[in-house]
Amino acid sequence: MSTPETTMTELHPRAGGARLDGPPALPRLLAGIRADGASTHAEHLELHGPLALGGGARRRQVREDAARLLDEVERSGLTGRGGASFPTATKMRAVAGARGRAIVVANGAEGEPASLKDRTLMETLPHLVLDGGLVAAEAVGADELIVCACESAGASVEAVELAIGERSRELSGSGSAPKVTLVSVPSHYVAGQETALLHYLGGGPAKPTFTPPLPFEQGLRRRPTLVNNAETLAHLALIARHGANWFRQLGTASQPGSTLVTLSGPVAHPGVYEIENGSSLTSLIEASGGATARVRAVLLGGYAGAWIGGELLQALALSQEHLAPHGATLGAGIILLLSEAACPVAETARVARWMADQSAHQCGPCIHGLDALAITVEQMASGSAEANAAQRADRLASLTARRGACAHPDGAVNLILSSLEVFAPEFADHARHGACEACARPPELPLPLRPVDAPGVR
Amino acid sequence: MSHRVTVNPITCEAHGMCAELLPERITLDEWGYPLVDDRPLHGSEVEHAMRAARACPTFALLLQRERTPRAGRVRARSG
Amino acid sequence: MSAVLASAGPSVYWYLTRSTGAVALLLLTLALALGVLDVRRWSSPRWPRFVVDSLHRSVSLLSLAFLVAHILTSVLDSFAPIGLLDAFIPFAGSYRPFWLGLGAVAFDLILAVIVTSLLRQRMGYGAWRAVHWLTYASWPIALLHGFGTGSDVKSGWLLVLSVACAAIVAAAVVTRVVAGWPQNLGRRSVALGSTGAFSLFLALWLPSGPLGHEWARRSGTPTALLPHSTSVKSKR
Repeated sequence: MSTPETTMTELHPRAGGARLDGPPALPRLLAGIRADGASTHAEHLELHGPLALGGGARRRQVREDAARLLDEVERSGLTGRGGASFPTATKMRAVAGARGRAIVVANGAEGEPASLKDRTLMETLPHLVLDGGLVAAEAVGADELIVCACESAGASVEAVELAIGERSRELSGSGSAPKVTLVSVPSHYVAGQETALLHYLGGGPAKPTFTPPLPFEQGLRRRPTLVNNAETLAHLALIARHGANWFRQLGTASQPGSTLVTLSGPVAHPGVYEIENGSSLTSLIEASGGATARVRAVLLGGYAGAWIGGELLQALALSQEHLAPHGATLGAGIILLLSEAACPVAETARVARWMADQSAHQCGPCIHGLDALAITVEQMASGSAEANAAQRADRLASLTARRGACAHPDGAVNLILSSLEVFAPEFADHARHGACEACARPPELPLPLRPVDAPGVR
Repeated sequence: MSHRVTVNPITCEAHGMCAELLPERITLDEWGYPLVDDRPLHGSEVEHAMRAARACPTFALLLQRERTPRAGRVRARSG
Repeated sequence: MSAVLASAGPSVYWYLTRSTGAVALLLLTLALALGVLDVRRWSSPRWPRFVVDSLHRSVSLLSLAFLVAHILTSVLDSFAPIGLLDAFIPFAGSYRPFWLGLGAVAFDLILAVIVTSLLRQRMGYGAWRAVHWLTYASWPIALLHGFGTGSDVKSGWLLVLSVACAAIVAAAVVTRVVAGWPQNLGRRSVALGSTGAFSLFLALWLPSGPLGHEWARRSGTPTALLPHSTSVKSKR
């Protein structure tokens, strides 16, 4: 299985002792990344400079500082990097304006098997995430910052723990600094969903809860809670230093800045890369050492995402506005290449079954619908499906999507429908002749090796 | 002020009483779970919707009152 | 309060206490059976789910009404020294304290179930459900109360009614337990076991207990109220 390794590629080696003055070019987040562990706080400060947080004693000063931060974030156009691409400033304003003292949660749960960017950030550049969390806390008036790392990513848990320790004096010294804690969270798929994460932090199972109320209004302990992806906070850390204009020097008008992506599949060096929003897929593949096999299609956005067929890859640019016409988004920056040699039907069947297993098993339509869909796709893969299997899949899709408490069934449906569309010829082939030779190949799309990795009881 | 009917899919256990009491808006899928038409309710439908919400054994059927035009808060109550 | 031997014959309250008690037992039996049908999601074309459910709720409220009547008439009946408090606080009375007390226990449990059900929107669903299971405990206690306090338990109709109700409840419990077997095997086994044990207990105890000799005296009727001639079966 070509599980992407946690390899970091230094696109630009760090010049010893050089302080960055917010260079327009890449790398930004991944600047100064070390191949052998986390950057210390001192190294982090040397590279990025100090973080000027308000620390104002008077309430009016605090409010002004917060307002200034929010304005800056809004002007930067930063959008969430956890998959939904929601405007960060809008979210922060909603939390800041809600009743009660806010809490900030840094979401590094990363339950998608094909995504490594968040654990990479936390493992090697934890201070970026911490800085971002502190900036967010100041902007929304939070007195608590909870950093969540995936419990199966031990290195990132350790690194964040150490990083918090490194800064404990600074944090306890400042009267206005929030309380910072690290919590390791389960690794299953839905555990990183916003309400599931808060459910877990509140002492329950890591399963989604019904909304309303939304977390920005009533999240953890009924307080307004800002849940931001770890990478989003890392960007925030740099925006707070270098400003919105600097941030917008890269990327597109509607999607400014840079993004971390996890590239996996038949390339020389799969792993986490930082790209400029709007850059081409081919340039990314080049930067990763080039493809090692012919690419049949690319899956964007992970297992809730969509496929784009090989013939469209040459001209493909990686930004929302370029991907939307193809029915795809970058999601949490997951880019999975599928080789010509693989069988997309078999791969889809495997993922469909895994997504069905990853259901939190709370909502009937998700439980039954995803299972029925997985069975249908499995039957199509083995050639034992009925003649109208495609229609059945369509009908199941409409019965399953948007009928759960979270977007998990929607994502799985999205993926399956996309597979049926993009790989229609291959599916038709399997319908006529059953399993093909490529079905027996080792899987290319990464799924956890552990047999039981479904949301269990806490 | 408009009323809408929604379902909390987590607490719903497919008892199906809602579909019996408000067939104008609720039908059951092949697994027994409600398919809800969540457009605003009219006239006597509201009363039937209230009864259906009260009948739900797990309080999964919710009647939402939307106060227009002040946007924002949607209060949901069961029964 | 001094006991007055109603030598002129049983008062109207005495008849009412017995009859409302018997009807209450029947209604509680039906309520429990309907509750099991409800949770098992039974329905038919003429009995949709909401009918079974609202019938369960209505019959339960009706049984409460008859229970209240049963309590009031027993208090008003001047034959036995039963006060209103005895309906709520068990085992403190002077008339067959244990057997009457069982009635108070059953009544308390039923009250808890009904009050929580009326207020269920304000409780968590889990808490409501946990309290609701007390119905399974309240029923056998009520039955024992009936056998223990009833002064005409030997009369055919009441015995037949009681046994029939017991059979219905046993069948309902088995139906409930069998659904979803073998999940929560421990709980289900306990339920089946105690149903069987209780039935066995009744079969062994009734003949020598309430159906046996001098039960009135043995069950704690104040001596002043006992008939003088112990060899004559009391017609009260």
